[in-house]
Amino acid sequence: MIGRHRHLTGLEGLNREEILQVLDLATSMKEVLSRPLKKVPSLRGKLVVNLFFEASTRTRSSFEIASKVLSADAVNWTASASSVTKGETLIDTARNLEAMRPDVLVIRHPAGGAPQLVADHVACAVVSAGDGAHEHPSQGLLDCFTLREKLGTLEGKTVAIVGDVSHSRVARSDLHSMPKLGARVRLCGPPTMMPAGIERLGGCSVHHDLREAVEGADAVVMLRIQHERIGDPLIPGTREYSKLWGLNARKAADWLTPGCVILHPGPINRGVELSPEVADGARSVILDQVQNGVAVRMAILYLLAGGSPAEVHPAGGARS
Amino acid sequence: MSEASEVLFIEGGRVIDPASGLDGVRTVVLRGGRVAEVAERVERPRDARAIDARGKWVTPGFIDAHVHLREPGQEYKETVETGARAAVAGGFTAVLAMPNTVPPNDTVAVTELILARAARAGLARVYPVGCISKGQKGEELAEMGELFQAGCVAFSDDGKPVSSSGLMRRALEYALTFGVPLAVHEEDLALVGKGVMNEGPAATRLGLKGNPAQAEEVMVSRDVALAELTGGRLHVCHLSTAGAVRAVRAAKARGLRVTAEVAPHHLVLVDEDVARSGYDTDFKMAPPLRSEADRAAVQEALADGTIDCIATDHAPHSAVEKALEFDVAMNGIIGLETAFPVCLALVRAGKLTERRLVEALTLAPARIFGLPGGTLAPGAPADVAVLDPGAEWRCDPERLHSKSRNTPWKGTSMIGRCTHALVGGTLVHELARGER
Amino acid sequence: MDSEAIGRALARLAREIAERAREGGGDLAIVGIRRGGVHLARRLQADLAKLLGREPPLGTLDIALYRDDLASAGTAPVVGPTDIRFPVEGKDILLVDDVLYTGRTIRAALDEIVDFGRPRRVWLAVLVDRGGRELPIAADFAGASVRVAAGDDVEVRLVEGGAEADAVIVKPRGQV
Repeated sequence: MIGRHRHLTGLEGLNREEILQVLDLATSMKEVLSRPLKKVPSLRGKLVVNLFFEASTRTRSSFEIASKVLSADAVNWTASASSVTKGETLIDTARNLEAMRPDVLVIRHPAGGAPQLVADHVACAVVSAGDGAHEHPSQGLLDCFTLREKLGTLEGKTVAIVGDVSHSRVARSDLHSMPKLGARVRLCGPPTMMPAGIERLGGCSVHHDLREAVEGADAVVMLRIQHERIGDPLIPGTREYSKLWGLNARKAADWLTPGCVILHPGPINRGVELSPEVADGARSVILDQVQNGVAVRMAILYLLAGGSPAEVHPAGGARS
Repeated sequence: MSEASEVLFIEGGRVIDPASGLDGVRTVVLRGGRVAEVAERVERPRDARAIDARGKWVTPGFIDAHVHLREPGQEYKETVETGARAAVAGGFTAVLAMPNTVPPNDTVAVTELILARAARAGLARVYPVGCISKGQKGEELAEMGELFQAGCVAFSDDGKPVSSSGLMRRALEYALTFGVPLAVHEEDLALVGKGVMNEGPAATRLGLKGNPAQAEEVMVSRDVALAELTGGRLHVCHLSTAGAVRAVRAAKARGLRVTAEVAPHHLVLVDEDVARSGYDTDFKMAPPLRSEADRAAVQEALADGTIDCIATDHAPHSAVEKALEFDVAMNGIIGLETAFPVCLALVRAGKLTERRLVEALTLAPARIFGLPGGTLAPGAPADVAVLDPGAEWRCDPERLHSKSRNTPWKGTSMIGRCTHALVGGTLVHELARGER
Repeated sequence: MDSEAIGRALARLAREIAERAREGGGDLAIVGIRRGGVHLARRLQADLAKLLGREPPLGTLDIALYRDDLASAGTAPVVGPTDIRFPVEGKDILLVDDVLYTGRTIRAALDEIVDFGRPRRVWLAVLVDRGGRELPIAADFAGASVRVAAGDDVEVRLVEGGAEADAVIVKPRGQV
């Protein structure tokens, strides 16, 4: 359980203590990853099933590695998004998988709310690995973890999130977590990519000028621009986007404070959101994010699959 | 069930009949399938049948201008018979059946099928609505003349808007021949895009694509202009936005022949309810639940008459279409059996008078579509609803008369219920003793 | 045990350990088991530094991830930090804990230490051995042995930076 939650379908419903519970545990998990033998027996005999309806090598591998370091068994199931006219419904797929007795179902789906729908119909724990434009909770948590590690704390810090916020589940998960840890968030992007009423989520301000958003910020999260979007053109093209909202070495040198770090959930469109020098430069903590991602996912799996879903057991144990 | 030729006395109830301006305790006498008299004191022969309506309302039977009965073609969700039964249970003695059946109602054969099923069921009156365009494809006009002669009382492509302005203009002109309105589903599909709920903070939080209020306003404004151009009769279906209200109000002020309906769910629910429900698809319909400002605007418009009537847009769907991700679930909720208690809550909240509520469910739709009924004046058909405004009951989806269960009010407690419904003097619905 | 008795026991433990370490001729390193063994391990490290002439490296171990009762534990137990910065390979590891009871904590600690590398040997030092073993585990060095009823707890209070209030108390489980 994470606090009183049996599932992790989003960060909106988590309070500050619950977020910190995961981050603190992830610190211990990161230590395990630095050992010569990267394995602990904690989730031995547990089964984690990755049910991915969207292509994703990095998140899926991250969850898979996290499972294996904890000695759990990991199984991958890739499917195309369900539809009522072709193939099995989502509920049927989940129920079929549940019959194989997994302890945790990790789901990525293009429809917002899909992990919640599955959680309502299965007995095992459900973790969202991203649902449509709704949330990507493990990414939000690893972003918080990375920032806490690099900046010491999130209290009083300013984080700029730049890009297609309207389609970004990462931005939403960051918005539901960072302010709870004391950070102020600045959202930045063209008006066509800024969703209606986003300021109402709290703890954030909206900017359309990149310089205004990143000057004085302690961290910048760059989001991926999907130029494959047909039928609803939000920007004239990536060239103009990159000029106005992309980060290159000159802008980074002129506008960012020396300690400001740069994050990106990946995969990067080199030359669009980030120039190669910045992506590979000293401020970039993108690779730290990837490593921290495994530690954070280990913490999530440990909390949701470790133990039986029963009453609280006092920490430290009475029997030695 | 009492015979139509018999006399029936409905005694002691508060008669609310906006058509005759009546609101007071009266006895209603039905004879030969018609209203014989409505008076304060009437002698009742000892053997005459009577309904004790003390503490209850007695109104003309409600008329629902917008229901989907799903027959022919989708009888697994609803049939004319089960829909008619749900209707009378909700106090509706007449319904207008929308034409988006399978096949759609663009031929006399389908119109006659619907009428035959309704006659066989012998419950609520069913008035078919014919298609505006052949197959509802929005390309060619349907054979409105034939459909009108077969019994259609209006035309609609509901489910879909008439996207082509040119076709809409011709349809408004052509329908003038028959003196019936076009009932139009107003959404600009290009603006709707892939939206599955109202565009706004709630959609943003849920990560669902939004459908802006202006998608409705743009179409209503267009059709008001076309009504002006043609002199045609326009009836706006399920009005849901402040912008559309403004357009209809201005159209009426200019004397155009524009009328409008609103559904109970748009009067009481908002887009935040989708978020509160946790992606419950029983909160998904088209047009979607809107913002609080939109809700306030339609409440006010109903009260002041800008919106003429209440129509449920009763849209049954089975679990196959609803127990899915929000993005792909079908639009629509049932509403015949919950309309009265849901709208009565508005009366209790002071947003609507009792008289206006009854008018919006009876006289107004009867006038717009030229239907008999909607009044308890002597000589009118004996279509009567007896309602207990204080009855508390729990909306149990398993016990509803509709074949489908897709209601956002499942499991909630409701106040207000129809205890008796009569069509042509025949008692077609009576709440069982144990349910009272 | 009061603070004086604890002090005497620790001194004796340090002497015994130092003697064995010299005999063994190996490379000694100390690992304190969280949480009760950490402070003890530090005190022993200080004492052994004087006796051996050089300070043996010190690490701490949290066994939460190696517990054998995770499946029935209810909520997953809180995990504390493990901090071992020296190579374990080939060392003489001295595991230190405050109370030895069922032996399961030590079993978990052994499994975990071995995942860091292959020690030359492992010794176990505890302040109190209360009996009641459920696994074949024995302490190489014990400050005191006490007979304790199954319903009682042994509480070891050790004060960092000042031994005045040190005490070992036996009391019924759950009593404050």
